Amino acid sequence: MSDSSAPAANPTRSGERVLDVKGLEGGYGQIQVLRGLDFHVSDGEIVVILGANGAGKTTTLRAVSGMIARTGSVKLRGDEISSAKAPDLVRRGVAHVPQGRGTLPELSVEDNLRVGAYIRSDNEIDADIERWFDVYPVLRERKNQRAGSLSGGEQQMLAVSRALMSRPTLLLLDEPSLGLAPIIVAELFERFAEINKETGMTMLVVEQNAQLALGVADRGYVLESGAIFAEGPADELINDDAIRKAYLGV
Amino acid sequence: MELFLNRVSDGLSNGATYALIAMALVMIFKATTLINFAQGEFAMFGGFIVLVLATERGLPMWVAVVVGMLISAVLAAGIERTLIRPFDPANHLPLVIITLGLFLAINAIAGIVWRFDPRAFPELFPSGNALTYGTATLSWYTVGTLATIAVVSGGLTLLLTKTKVGLAFRAVSSNLESSELVGIKVGPTLQFGWAIAAAVGTLGVCVFVASPFRQLEPQVMVTGLIFAVSAAALGGLDSLGGAIVGGLAIGLVQSIVVPYSPIPNELSLLAAVVVLMLVLLFKPSGLFGTPQVERV
Repeated sequence: MSDSSAPAANPTRSGERVLDVKGLEGGYGQIQVLRGLDFHVSDGEIVVILGANGAGKTTTLRAVSGMIARTGSVKLRGDEISSAKAPDLVRRGVAHVPQGRGTLPELSVEDNLRVGAYIRSDNEIDADIERWFDVYPVLRERKNQRAGSLSGGEQQMLAVSRALMSRPTLLLLDEPSLGLAPIIVAELFERFAEINKETGMTMLVVEQNAQLALGVADRGYVLESGAIFAEGPADELINDDAIRKAYLGV
Repeated sequence: MELFLNRVSDGLSNGATYALIAMALVMIFKATTLINFAQGEFAMFGGFIVLVLATERGLPMWVAVVVGMLISAVLAAGIERTLIRPFDPANHLPLVIITLGLFLAINAIAGIVWRFDPRAFPELFPSGNALTYGTATLSWYTVGTLATIAVVSGGLTLLLTKTKVGLAFRAVSSNLESSELVGIKVGPTLQFGWAIAAAVGTLGVCVFVASPFRQLEPQVMVTGLIFAVSAAALGGLDSLGGAIVGGLAIGLVQSIVVPYSPIPNELSLLAAVVVLMLVLLFKPSGLFGTPQVERV
């Protein structure tokens, strides 16, 4: 990915800001987790937010997609969305793969994909399901099985495919590597990079696995105790000594 | 032998009513893991609406039933919106208290409007017998009740598996948060479940009191609800097929096991509950319930 990341890595490129977040604060009840985050994601980029456990990664995504109370400005293609709720956001092109897969365990694999297209009423839904079955043939083999019976890696494939069934323009991925074997994680990230390259899908990924995430990302932010601690192009972050020590274990 | 066959027939027709109310309970339980203790009273109220439409407005009986089902669906949707939705769906105790309050309130309102005396209810099925074997008979009423549960369970299954609102309903039953993330509005989807449940329950009561041996009164579903809850639990609480098997099983236990055993008739309710306890002891998710899946 290092070759293709060059133009996108340039923060001054003319790409429209798909997501522009300023002064984002949010938390749970009395507990304030996010303390004024500024970040943005431009059209076609893969942006990663790195952070340790408890840094506020999941909270950041949940605040962006309207699942928790928040203050500050969240703009989607220039429109303020900070008061929109989750079911409205998917209609505006934002798909969110929550932490822990978030499949519908009692529904079949095929129904999980079909429900991903809930907001659509066109007649290409079946064709899209076939398309994701082609991308992940194991899902086709198990299309009538309950999603809850799939392995963790298969569930993550299903969760991502289901999110993409809504034909989003921005995909939010919450720690896709969590609890998966390293080889599965590597495949998943490879596939994210492919989807990004083929369709130009903009992605915002929060991750602990800095090595893999920075490997596919254009830019990155490092989150610490609810605030942005460092940011920059992915290849700079990956070579930054402080970040290498804290997140890459080298 | 003939007496035995008659008892089977009685058990099936009683069981069919429990099965219909149990299916209504299952619809709400699937979506919210909540037992609506007012389900029987919703149904009784719907039964009175049908009676008024048929006897005072002169609608043909089956038209009155369908219109009554629609009216009870709308009323239940309104109750869901005003009394259920404002509360946190994950906190069951306040919701259970609300359904108990509704139980008392609806019963009292029905008594105020229609008084507590039993009223004759028009027949829904042809009178007479479909089959006769010696003194044993299989009445058209029993056949009708069984046909009704077949039609209702078939209709609900089609609704849940073949329609978009059914897909949304199953999604909400499975995982609230993920359903919101794909754009499903959870409130209206649950409201749909309450409406369908009320319509099915109303049909259940109509079928029950359409028996020539029964009448409609505000107390008609008070013990029926306990049998229906037992039936739903026996079947697994989240399975429509289980509700049918559970309902018929409880009906049969009540009409066959109780008369042949030394259990006094007054304790037939207890017999049903003992069967339920035994099943749940050995199979906690009921006969056909979905065992809790681990949510990774």
